[in-house]
Amino acid sequence: MAGPSDLAALKAEAMVEGALAPIDYLVVAPVAVCLLFSAVLLMLRKRIDWHPWLAIPGFLALFAIDVLLLLKVALEGPQTMMMGNWKPPFGIAFTVDMLGALFVTTAGFVGLAATIYATFSISRTERRYGFFPFLFLMMGGVSGAFLTGDVFNLYVWFEVLLIGSFGLLILGSEHEQLDGATKYCFLNLVATTLFLITISYLYGLFGTLNMADISGKAGRFEDDGALLTISVLFLIAFAMKAAAFPLNFWLPASYHTPRFVVSALFAGLLTKVGVYALIRMVLMLFPAQHADLATIIGWVAALTMLVGAFGALAQSDLRRLLNYFVIAGIGTIFAGLALTETGGAGEALATAASAATGTDGGMSAAATTGSAAPLVTGTSNLVVGLSGAVFYALHSIVVMTALYLTAGTAARIAGSSSLRGMGGLWRRAPGLAALMLVFLFAVSGLPPFSGFWPKVILVRGAFQSGLPWLGAVILLTGFLMTVASARVFALAFWRDAPEPALAGARDFGPTGQPSPLLSILPLLILAVFVVAAGVSPQWLVTLTEVAARGVVDPAAYVGSVFGGAS
Amino acid sequence: METALCLVVGCLFTVALYLLLSKHIIRMLLGVVLLGNGVNLLIFTAGRVSSIAPPLVPAGAETPLTDVANPLPQALILTAIVISFSFFAFLLVLAYRAYQDLGTDDTDQMRVAEPEDDGPPPLGY
Repeated sequence: MAGPSDLAALKAEAMVEGALAPIDYLVVAPVAVCLLFSAVLLMLRKRIDWHPWLAIPGFLALFAIDVLLLLKVALEGPQTMMMGNWKPPFGIAFTVDMLGALFVTTAGFVGLAATIYATFSISRTERRYGFFPFLFLMMGGVSGAFLTGDVFNLYVWFEVLLIGSFGLLILGSEHEQLDGATKYCFLNLVATTLFLITISYLYGLFGTLNMADISGKAGRFEDDGALLTISVLFLIAFAMKAAAFPLNFWLPASYHTPRFVVSALFAGLLTKVGVYALIRMVLMLFPAQHADLATIIGWVAALTMLVGAFGALAQSDLRRLLNYFVIAGIGTIFAGLALTETGGAGEALATAASAATGTDGGMSAAATTGSAAPLVTGTSNLVVGLSGAVFYALHSIVVMTALYLTAGTAARIAGSSSLRGMGGLWRRAPGLAALMLVFLFAVSGLPPFSGFWPKVILVRGAFQSGLPWLGAVILLTGFLMTVASARVFALAFWRDAPEPALAGARDFGPTGQPSPLLSILPLLILAVFVVAAGVSPQWLVTLTEVAARGVVDPAAYVGSVFGGAS
Repeated sequence: METALCLVVGCLFTVALYLLLSKHIIRMLLGVVLLGNGVNLLIFTAGRVSSIAPPLVPAGAETPLTDVANPLPQALILTAIVISFSFFAFLLVLAYRAYQDLGTDDTDQMRVAEPEDDGPPPLGY
């Protein structure tokens, strides 16, 4: 019979002794803050006047915590917290590496901007129906998905963010919204169920759901067919979440129906969670299978980009046009995931870095020379592609949110979101028009804004890893998106307003002009990133390259979970 | 035992996918229910059906006396059941509301958000 001494031995094997230091809780703090504010705002549902003034400090706190976490990861490497002091792989792990930290910080950044925008654009009725609690719930789900180190836990966070997004999507209950929400809900639910099916196969094979544990076991696993099946299922599930062709049809059916600020957050964050999960599950856990699937990912990427670009050209409604910009962006990110180790060692990052130095002039020369050295040494195509993809994903999160928010203000001023009914905005709101021009340049990938550098990295990486057609498609998509952007600017901003007021003019939120500061401040915040990453990209390239290296060689990630003794 | 369960899971998935391919939302809802139950059974099977003894530790002992059933899949299934049930409840209300407001449960005729006669954008000005 087992005695007390056995119990002590068992405990020593399964649990960590001693309490955690307060700083260790930083890893779960973003999720905790979101859920806390969601619950508090739900309890204060009768005090809807307080909601905006509690939500803004909440998102400020979230962003501050995210930045602290990013700093900690940048200085000390991946961080892990085990729930309930269980030793891995028994307990649920929250592990944050540079990839997760970059995504979660960018999510907090756009969340903050969107909340400021929502304080005036969301009516009292919609606040009463729980806009801000749903917003925090969705941000909690997004943050949890970026931070968790457990596959089943990732599924749970997907569902949390889905429930939050359902609530936000149907806020208002217009006919359009019910139509869009029906398609969005069914297809996203099927995608997460497919993810769950894959998880059960994964559990059946490995007997563990801890990502670091799986990463160690997958390399020694012999049955390649089973792992390939799992990788394909992951690819399908996450391509569906990310709206990659041919699983993209739910996105243009639904993203233009909710409030502008909701569309902005959806377009910025939700598809990128799918991309993040694809990087984490397929590229990090099953690198050999990723190499087998790279050609398929490349074709998916090319077709997704073309569908997005041509779709955008065919739209007459500004919001539906932006839906297709989201899809084109997803295609560009997927292109970065299609590059493999085969081919010569890429110098794309190094070249991009030196090109960037030329643009900044002497301003950041010291910083550039300080970090240029590690970029030059033996950068593989896989790291180049992944680094470009992560850079493009972060850029896409910010710029898509910014575009929808700017479109929201423009539609409110013009009384229409149709390109046939908009016009004259250059004269009526020159500041807004200038910001729109910046964001349209960025989304089309024109310098000197944030979309240019990741495209440089991706195109060069594609050419160097023997996929010139993929590089050509990226360039063609950039050209087509420039045409679509030019049309938006010419029709909605440049020309004079169409003479007869449009019969189909719609109400886009509470009437009355918002205070100029509140409507322009979130756009300015987002523009800071777009310009900073465009004029001086070196700091971001350095960070995304660290993130890419962490995914290609997850030793540090695994070491953080198992305390270095993996 | 596992083979039999695998066959049941396969049947559930087949029927669920067939129903999900339908145009009518009411059939798709039934497909979602069956798919959720199929997944739960799949997780259970993936955890191996070894012993039917409940994973309980008798009083006075520190570890179970015999081989016991794997408790982890049951915890996972419990989570998945709760989630899929709440999603199904939401989808039911949404589908009913959409049927009331749009007057159809045929997804081909739900074209409010994507109108068919939405011509090309202005080609010049």
